[in-house]
Amino acid sequence: MIHRKLSIVAAIGLIAVAVPGASPARADETTAEPPVVELVLDVSGSMKADDIDGETRMTVAKRAFNEVVDALPETTQLGIRVLGATYGGENKKQGCKDTQQIVAVGQVNRVAAKNAIATLKPTGFTPIGLALREAAKDLDGAGAARRIVLITDGEDTCTPPDPCDVARELAAQGTDLVVDTLGLAPDEKTRKQLVCISQATGGTYAAAQSEEELTDRIKQLVDRAALPPPVTPAEVKGAQDCATAPLLAAGVYTDRELIGEHRFYRVSVRDGDELRASASIALDRPLNRDYGVLIKAATVDGRELVRGVDAGSGRADVISAGLRWSGDEEPALAATSDICLIVSNSFASATAAGAPGMPVELSIGLVAASRTPDAPGLGSGFLLLLVLVIAGLIAGVLAGWLTRWWVAKWKEN
Amino acid sequence: MQQLVLAAALLLADPSAGPTPLVSTAGTSYLTAVSIAADQPVKVSAVTGDYLYWQFPATAGQRPELAVDVALPAQGRTGDHAWTVEVFDGLRRRQACVGGEQSPVAETSATSVTLGCRLRQVRSWAEPWDGDPLPGTYYVRLSSTDLPEKDLGLPVEVSLKLTAPTGDTGADQGSLAAPLVPDNRPGKILTTPAPTVPAEPEEEYFAWVPDFSSRWIWTASGGVLAALAGLIGFSWTRRRRV
Repeated sequence: MIHRKLSIVAAIGLIAVAVPGASPARADETTAEPPVVELVLDVSGSMKADDIDGETRMTVAKRAFNEVVDALPETTQLGIRVLGATYGGENKKQGCKDTQQIVAVGQVNRVAAKNAIATLKPTGFTPIGLALREAAKDLDGAGAARRIVLITDGEDTCTPPDPCDVARELAAQGTDLVVDTLGLAPDEKTRKQLVCISQATGGTYAAAQSEEELTDRIKQLVDRAALPPPVTPAEVKGAQDCATAPLLAAGVYTDRELIGEHRFYRVSVRDGDELRASASIALDRPLNRDYGVLIKAATVDGRELVRGVDAGSGRADVISAGLRWSGDEEPALAATSDICLIVSNSFASATAAGAPGMPVELSIGLVAASRTPDAPGLGSGFLLLLVLVIAGLIAGVLAGWLTRWWVAKWKEN
Repeated sequence: MQQLVLAAALLLADPSAGPTPLVSTAGTSYLTAVSIAADQPVKVSAVTGDYLYWQFPATAGQRPELAVDVALPAQGRTGDHAWTVEVFDGLRRRQACVGGEQSPVAETSATSVTLGCRLRQVRSWAEPWDGDPLPGTYYVRLSSTDLPEKDLGLPVEVSLKLTAPTGDTGADQGSLAAPLVPDNRPGKILTTPAPTVPAEPEEEYFAWVPDFSSRWIWTASGGVLAALAGLIGFSWTRRRRV
């Protein structure tokens, strides 16, 4: 029973917004790669609905897109993918394969992009999951920080696969993939699905009830994508015990950790070094209300040295904790063995506790240890004055007696 | 265009903000947090449900304070929105706010919500196991923590202002060898420990001389008083002889 819920899912791949001018404050020798943005537009049948300021969703979306394309910086690379744009039949199997890239990832050609948008007609099904997969493929190898902007007015009509699961799976596959979602006059089901997709990938969700809201939001997302993260974290897989744990240098890492799992890493901290470590776990799925994260530094044989812990409740995107440990505290230990870092969590989820694990960001720094300050060389307060005055008085009296004794003796001789 | 108008309006409203440019973006994670400076105006469009990140540097003795104002959407809200502004140090450790309305709840009828957070005075040194605020990077996260699921994704306008007055540093001892600034380089998995060359501590002459503070005055006047007391004590013994 294929109803008229043929939302125009146009998967528009807005490709690579690369703004070299917006470089991070810290210019390391390893400059971050420019981020890549893929705009995915729903062109399914439901986009025919004329409920946005009296016009059809498609008309509004097209105008908003044209405006955004005009406003893109020169350096922006843009690709566009649509879904549900070509197959108007009733065959679900065929309709759910309907997604094409209409503008290839590259520096934006305004005329070509606008022409491609102009030809779109609300037609088919809404295979969001497939479109996300394909969009991720379009962005493959195009850069480190990949961003997909999904714009749709209706929920997926091709489940399974659940697009939310697809998003989590894509995010787990490797380097940063963020899906920002935009709902056009969304109903409750659509909103829940889009929120789920964005949460799974660390993206954002917004609703647009008018053309202005739609345009503003797309511009916001493009602006944010133009600020690439200063670093692409290295992938690492923490071990289940310290003996087999990977040995890490200073830097930023990503990993995945299941609910209730402990992940072990090793760091070599020398006498005179200070270890600084922080772990952040992203809340990428529905979780029970209260949760916490713990990062612990321990010796290889399990003796705890220091811990960082944080707990929270309610809505949050990420929870993090950090610690410092100075090799000067135990020079013998620092000289002979590595330090173990253990990252664990106290999340609970009623629905999605399984693989892939939750994204962990581990940041490790090794700097010179700070010297514990000496006792102050100078004093202050009335007690100090009193002590000094009494000491001076006693010294004066003693000096007087000594002088008298010495003079008397000198006279005798 | 809108942002330009906004910037112009802000400049007109606050002439002292002349040289500091308006910040009109926010990051969405610790890594992408947008840098702001003290007294720099920040005005950002966002939606309810966004997590907005900024970062700022702080030095010993400062007492950073944040003032945030969120203009809420006029339509579409169905319930109360709880907002929160949180501050984390360079190690992403939560820092307590000792002043300001950190987690207010905006009622359905409210048009805006005001948040604030004043940090403890940044110390020049702390034990490694201690959580005191230290010089380095600080992260600010603004988010709505509790709101009806229906209200997600509505447009809001956020303005933020950071001030960092310097307090009295007299009581602080010691200094941090390196500020708490995250080491943002890609990690590397090693097979053998990296042969790190221990950084030679910079030879600082007179490093043992403390900075000028009230202690100098106390100690020096104590010396003078002690000398006077010595003379008095000496004179007592002489007077007895005479």
